Amino acid sequence: MATSLEQMFARLRMEDRAALIAYLPAGFPSVNGSKKALGVLAQAGVDAIEIGFPYSDPVMDGPIIQAAADISLKSGTGAKEVFETLSYVNDLGLPCVVMTYWNPIERYGIERFAKDISGFGGSGVITPDLTIEESGIWGGAASISGINRIYVVAPSTSDKRMKSVVDQCSGFVYAASLMGVTGGRATVSTQARELVDRIRGASSLPVAVGLGVSTREQAREIAGYADGVIVGSAFIKVLLEAEDEASGLIKLRELADQLVAGVREGR
Amino acid sequence: MTISDQPEIIGHFGPYGGRFVPEALIGALDELEAAHISAMADAAFQSELRDLHLTYTGRPSIITEAKRFAEHAGGARILLKREDLNHTGSHKINNVLGQALLTKRMGKKRIIAETGAGQHGVAAATAAALFGLECVVYMGSEDTRRQALNVARMKLLGAEVIPVTTGSRTLKDAVNEAMRDWVTNVDSTHYMLGTVAGPHPFPTMVRDFQKVIGEEARSQVLEFAGRLPDAVLACIGGGSNAIGIFHAFIPDKDVKLIGLEAGGDGVGTGRHAATLTGGSVGVLHGTRSYVLQDENGQTIESHSISAGLDYPGVGPEHAFLHDSGRAEYRAITDDQAMQAFALLCKTEGIIPAIESAHALAGALDIGKELGPDSILLVNLSGRGDKDVQTAADYFKIEL
Repeated sequence: MATSLEQMFARLRMEDRAALIAYLPAGFPSVNGSKKALGVLAQAGVDAIEIGFPYSDPVMDGPIIQAAADISLKSGTGAKEVFETLSYVNDLGLPCVVMTYWNPIERYGIERFAKDISGFGGSGVITPDLTIEESGIWGGAASISGINRIYVVAPSTSDKRMKSVVDQCSGFVYAASLMGVTGGRATVSTQARELVDRIRGASSLPVAVGLGVSTREQAREIAGYADGVIVGSAFIKVLLEAEDEASGLIKLRELADQLVAGVREGR
Repeated sequence: MTISDQPEIIGHFGPYGGRFVPEALIGALDELEAAHISAMADAAFQSELRDLHLTYTGRPSIITEAKRFAEHAGGARILLKREDLNHTGSHKINNVLGQALLTKRMGKKRIIAETGAGQHGVAAATAAALFGLECVVYMGSEDTRRQALNVARMKLLGAEVIPVTTGSRTLKDAVNEAMRDWVTNVDSTHYMLGTVAGPHPFPTMVRDFQKVIGEEARSQVLEFAGRLPDAVLACIGGGSNAIGIFHAFIPDKDVKLIGLEAGGDGVGTGRHAATLTGGSVGVLHGTRSYVLQDENGQTIESHSISAGLDYPGVGPEHAFLHDSGRAEYRAITDDQAMQAFALLCKTEGIIPAIESAHALAGALDIGKELGPDSILLVNLSGRGDKDVQTAADYFKIEL
């Protein structure tokens, strides 16, 4: 059976537009604030949510997501809170995936994690530090639970390796737009488009581009050639920089409106 | 070949090791692995490294019998492998010279390194100066404050030192920041990791550059004492000096291999860095091994009086040696280490690094267990000049 995420990509392919996928860590900006922020993103019309499982040593993340993870961890966010958030997004009616570094999955129990993702209504998991060489047990567990396993492909991924990575993916392929960590950049790297073209040569799965996307113009540009645009740090930044939670949510809505418009202007 | 030389899957030691890293780093790790394999098989590379050790490091390092110290260890004979006499004052130079030669071989011009106390940072900055490489060292801002002297040494050697202000602001966070730099600058940059941890090929490669310690010591002890030692002892943070001295002895089944972890205030208090004694299996910094972690898999901050052992992970080969029973690991508290530190100073005229004092403290116990006819080989992995302030504070000596 297709996951909600797969159904969404199929529907948007009919509509001929790219998806906007928004990332927020669970428990950020606060336990209650997290629900409000996700509600705002849903109202603005984002297509899917990516919930971060905050981790103590996030080597793929720049300073903004690190700061958000610290706040979330200090308020006690763990697996239980991640699954509660997943359930909440499911109630909002949006497809939802969890993004997590590998150790929290291994600690929780690999099969149990896959089962609970499915049980709480999640579509899949993005694992940014799980190499395909180490992914055997996870692949089996995800497959049994009927959830998508989403791996990141980088501009440095060789053509030879590309095929073996995308063959392990389901739901979509996560294309890292540049060599680096998460966080906004002034322009979208030219590497992004080349990478998407290379992925298309190796897979018929939808391709979503993440890393460094923060503006309507960038969303529009990427939506012209990719199936999804992933935005994380930019949303977190407005919440971090707001004077209080209420004004942060207003700014969040403004940014989400811009990006929602951006992905609709791409083609 | 030894039991750990041929893991069933490349880059693994039993269930440990492997690669848990962003996809963006795979190309660089493959390139490094290929450079390492070809260098190990290249006589010219080996000869260049040997010459450097002879004329720059000061190898072979000597062994010293610590007779007066041994009187406190049940009369066992204690032989010290004097890595403290190497250029830059510790075993770290063995690894950085090897990796600097590999950096040159790969055509890269910039190195980055993490450091806790500053010993690996100083060694990396030294190698960078010698080879004309740009060098950036990441160091937790807690550590730059505590180890200001080593920060100055690195700067004198031409390195840029970047204080890391995220997380616990110590070694673990410096590793995170170095990996972020590497993901961003991987085309031009080699990550000169300082210990036998991290993603494959680092645990194997760093071991290959450190195993000279045990190869020398094995023949030195045979010549000096006429037989192999009963036990080989070393302190363990990430585990590079320990794997360095253990490795040549792994096939000698009658030789006990004993690693001494940093027990901090005591493993029972939760304030320690004894990963194998008090941790559990997990993934940290790209490798599966033992880790200090909570029920959600979040890394728990380690504690030790010794900055060089203050790390919540340990190399995967040690996890393998631990589980297989080939090596034994014990925890030494801060207090035990400092008593052994003081004793070596006063009985032998040698100021050890506080890291190495953990191995010395282990020798005091193990000597009594093995009895007066036993021979213990202890890796004196570093000298204690850097620790004078810490020791003065601990013993309340007025400076």
